[in-house]
Amino acid sequence: MVEVKDLRKEFGPKVAVDGISFSVAKGEVLGFLGPNGAGKSTTMRMITGFIPPSDGRVTVGGFDMAEQPVDAKRLIGYLPENAPAYTDMTVHGFLTFAAELRGLSGDAKRKAVDRVVEMCFLEAVLHQSVETLSKGYRHRTCFAQSILHDPPVLILDEPTDGLDPNQKHEVRTLIRRMGESKAIIFSTHILEEVEAVCSRAIVIDRGRIVANGTPAELKRRSPRAGVVIVRFAAPTDAAAKLRTISGVESVDPLDGEPAFAVRGRNGDLGTAIYDLAVSERWKIADLHAQEGRLDDVFRSITQPDTKEVTAR
Amino acid sequence: MKDSLRNIGAVVRRETIGFFASPVAYVFIIIFLLLAGFFTFMVSGFFQRGQANLEPFFVWQPWLYLFLVPAVAMRMWSEERRLGTLELLFTMPITPWQAIVGKFLAAWLVVAVALALTFPLVITVNYLGNPDNGVILAGYAGSLLLAGAYLAIGAMMSALTRNQVVSFILAVVVCLFLVLAGWPPVTDLLGRYAAPWLVDAVASFSVMTHFQSILKGVLDSRDLLFFASVIVFSLFTTSVILRTYRAG
Repeated sequence: MVEVKDLRKEFGPKVAVDGISFSVAKGEVLGFLGPNGAGKSTTMRMITGFIPPSDGRVTVGGFDMAEQPVDAKRLIGYLPENAPAYTDMTVHGFLTFAAELRGLSGDAKRKAVDRVVEMCFLEAVLHQSVETLSKGYRHRTCFAQSILHDPPVLILDEPTDGLDPNQKHEVRTLIRRMGESKAIIFSTHILEEVEAVCSRAIVIDRGRIVANGTPAELKRRSPRAGVVIVRFAAPTDAAAKLRTISGVESVDPLDGEPAFAVRGRNGDLGTAIYDLAVSERWKIADLHAQEGRLDDVFRSITQPDTKEVTAR
Repeated sequence: MKDSLRNIGAVVRRETIGFFASPVAYVFIIIFLLLAGFFTFMVSGFFQRGQANLEPFFVWQPWLYLFLVPAVAMRMWSEERRLGTLELLFTMPITPWQAIVGKFLAAWLVVAVALALTFPLVITVNYLGNPDNGVILAGYAGSLLLAGAYLAIGAMMSALTRNQVVSFILAVVVCLFLVLAGWPPVTDLLGRYAAPWLVDAVASFSVMTHFQSILKGVLDSRDLLFFASVIVFSLFTTSVILRTYRAG
């Protein structure tokens, strides 16, 4: 649905986006990750046609954003960063205006507005001026605007920013549900969100894509991934024996506990440790393989001094 | 074509709601009527003159509009930039032109409402004497065109900045220049130093020259063309400024 090719944006001498290419198909939820100022919002603004790119092209549903902007924009629902809305209108007036610009009129317009009001829980503030809304309500009002016309492409810039945990959960559920039938791109700082919602994630740093894969694939790149933690019921001097297991690269005692972190290439590390413990008659209190953590991956690939992790 | 009219209509409706939801429209209309009344009756002596025409009303328009019309236009784009709604508006399936024209028309509508509310003056002169209603109609048309030119300039200046005060001051200065270039005291002063053709050339850029010629009751195509080109040029420049702003 969305095709981004060699997208580039310069603001004066500063390169904000430096040759980004990716595509999103229907039924995909793409998470957009990156530190502040990495170029996430600029990229989204170029995809939605607000900012013209310095170079490269964006195609939405087959329409080139530079050549057929109106046709391309028709297919997109967009929640900009900070959820702007006209403060001098009521929620109902604002949504009606958005529906009119989306080409809806009469009964279809009324139905579309009613639908999103219900979906985003806006009944209570429907006739309140946008200016007087709390941040959560204003955010949901702008979000409602983006799904009014049931667009095949949804672009959400930090859709859960400023929401309380319940609202965050609702929005995530909504995104996941809509992701089954739409192409969704959303940016976030919150890494659990990526695991909870995305079918694929892209990490960008200083205008370039540094990682692109499913959340599971990304997690596997964590230095923590696959490390087995074994904790014994009583202190042992197991370290030397653990090192003899084939494939083990390192065994590190954990501070103050009769426990070790075992790292190795052996895919069946846990079983090997268990077998060893049984034959040595060590009592195991806990034995588990660590999952990779996205924040480790995120930190390691978006920091300049650990660049080698990005080589893959 | 149908789409673009529908989009312009939606923008006009939104803007008009915005004007009347905030006090801007009411303050403008009331102050305009009060000041117009003050100048017409107290300063120009509408009744004392004993002439059945609206000249004492119309001659003040360029000065009255000078401060009031930029106040209507100042929020047009700067507010969109400040709130970030520009991003919303320009990612909707409408063209920038439709948004620019829609916003301009809505502001023009507010001025037109204020102008229409001066109808008691027309009734009064018709009751007291036998005015040339054609001249009065031409005066209203000229006044509306004048306001349109100021509004378009105000729109252009408000696209330049997110600060409404800056946009207001810039618009007043540009409009003032367009007034002064053809204001008799200034043209007389210029005439002492410059060749007459130069003075005429400068004066032909002034709203004053063209407005006064319309007030005589003649809707000359050159005057209409002048106001139309000021409006079109300013709105075109607005679109260029907005495009540059979006490009960063």
